[in-house]
Amino acid sequence: MSDATNASPALLDVHDVSKAFGAVEVLRSVSLQVKRGEVVTVIGPSGSGKTTLLRCVNFLESYDSGSIRIDGKEVGYREAGTRRRRSERDLAAMRAETGMVFQSFNLFPHLTAAGNIMLGLTKVRGKSQTEARQIAEHWLGRVGLAHKADSLPAELSGGQQQRVGIARAVAMEPKILLLDEITSALDPELVGEVLAVVRSLAEDGMTMLMVTHEMAFARDASSRIVFMADGGVSAVGPPKEILAAETSNERLRTFLARFRASHF
Amino acid sequence: MGYALNFNLIWRHFDKLWGGLLLSLELAVISIAIGTVIGLALAVWYVSAGRVVRAIIAAYVEFIRNVPLILLVYLVFYGVPTVVDLAYSAPTSFVLTLSVYSGAYLVEVFRSGLEAVPRGQLDAGRAIGLTPWQRLVHVRLPTMLRITLPALSNTFISLFKDTSIASVISVPELTFGAQWINFNTFRIVEVYLVTTAMYLVTGYILLFGLRLVERRFRAAR
Repeated sequence: MSDATNASPALLDVHDVSKAFGAVEVLRSVSLQVKRGEVVTVIGPSGSGKTTLLRCVNFLESYDSGSIRIDGKEVGYREAGTRRRRSERDLAAMRAETGMVFQSFNLFPHLTAAGNIMLGLTKVRGKSQTEARQIAEHWLGRVGLAHKADSLPAELSGGQQQRVGIARAVAMEPKILLLDEITSALDPELVGEVLAVVRSLAEDGMTMLMVTHEMAFARDASSRIVFMADGGVSAVGPPKEILAAETSNERLRTFLARFRASHF
Repeated sequence: MGYALNFNLIWRHFDKLWGGLLLSLELAVISIAIGTVIGLALAVWYVSAGRVVRAIIAAYVEFIRNVPLILLVYLVFYGVPTVVDLAYSAPTSFVLTLSVYSGAYLVEVFRSGLEAVPRGQLDAGRAIGLTPWQRLVHVRLPTMLRITLPALSNTFISLFKDTSIASVISVPELTFGAQWINFNTFRIVEVYLVTTAMYLVTGYILLFGLRLVERRFRAAR
């Protein structure tokens, strides 16, 4: 177990993390690093633990062993190697440093687009209503929804809702953005507008860890790709290397072959 | 037809019915307000509590739901003061009883509403760094309210009608007023026709008001 003085340069350092739901091992000593400004994409067959890994990074899920650090700080537990959970207040403060965008958007249905973004800014960041509103409008502009600030989620299309979801996450100025299959619930024609927003965030240098099935996007936008299978990291590397058809990793080859068969 | 309807005697004593109706509403409003506080507090406690607390709250709900209200009214008004040294008026006794009674029903309404709030919304609240209390106030309760409003309206109307039980301990609410007029005039058909109409109209007005509130909330969905 590395101690705090030996902090790695990685912004996110997942080290030897394991987790089981009952008898099912969903994460088997997973390790991966994300450096500042990097976009790391996790791919793999369903049930391989991708989403669980993402949810461990902001401690929506606890893990049984190993350590996850953001900026050198242990995320869910008081110190590395112990299983003493942080207090709920500490956890909330830690989570505010990571942004998360969900597959099913998860907007607050009673709040407008601007209201969704302002909730965290006012309650967690302590900004005034006026300031929070300005920030919300700025980010709604960035995702192309300036004119929808006062619309309720139910009045927005899926793609628009997801763009609000992204704005809600980045408005908090997180150190890292976690994207969990954010286009999987969208109609095909709405996927592009959401990916365009992610791409522009990547160009701005936002650090991202994302799970996606959009291979073309993963290839173009990622610094590195992590291939997960059966709860473990099976391969890591630059997109060109991982997505090459002639890879020697048999599971990866099978996955890519199945994927191509069903998508092209 | 040997019975000719004659409402004159009813109108002469109409103040008994009107005053009774106002008292019925007063009993209902106070009891429902207290019951709502009990129900909301216990429901919030229930969904985050361990097994023991859940069992205790469930026992309270089951007890109330399986005992007729009229028995509870007798128990609190006649039973409790004979055992412990407590003195309270009939209306106070009834408000106490109906509060505890409505609390049990409202726990169930609020609990199922809280449990129906989609997990994803709570995750989103956690992900932006809201504390548990902030998630409850800003995420869970607003959504719960929206989900439970129709069931809540029904429960409120039902509880308003339950105030008629107060007549058994001589609280001069609407049903008691009707009984008084019946005993003193023997116009049984007329008095209960008028009384029925009064419950009906009041119930409809309450329902209409509650539906307006529901629509406001639904529009803001």
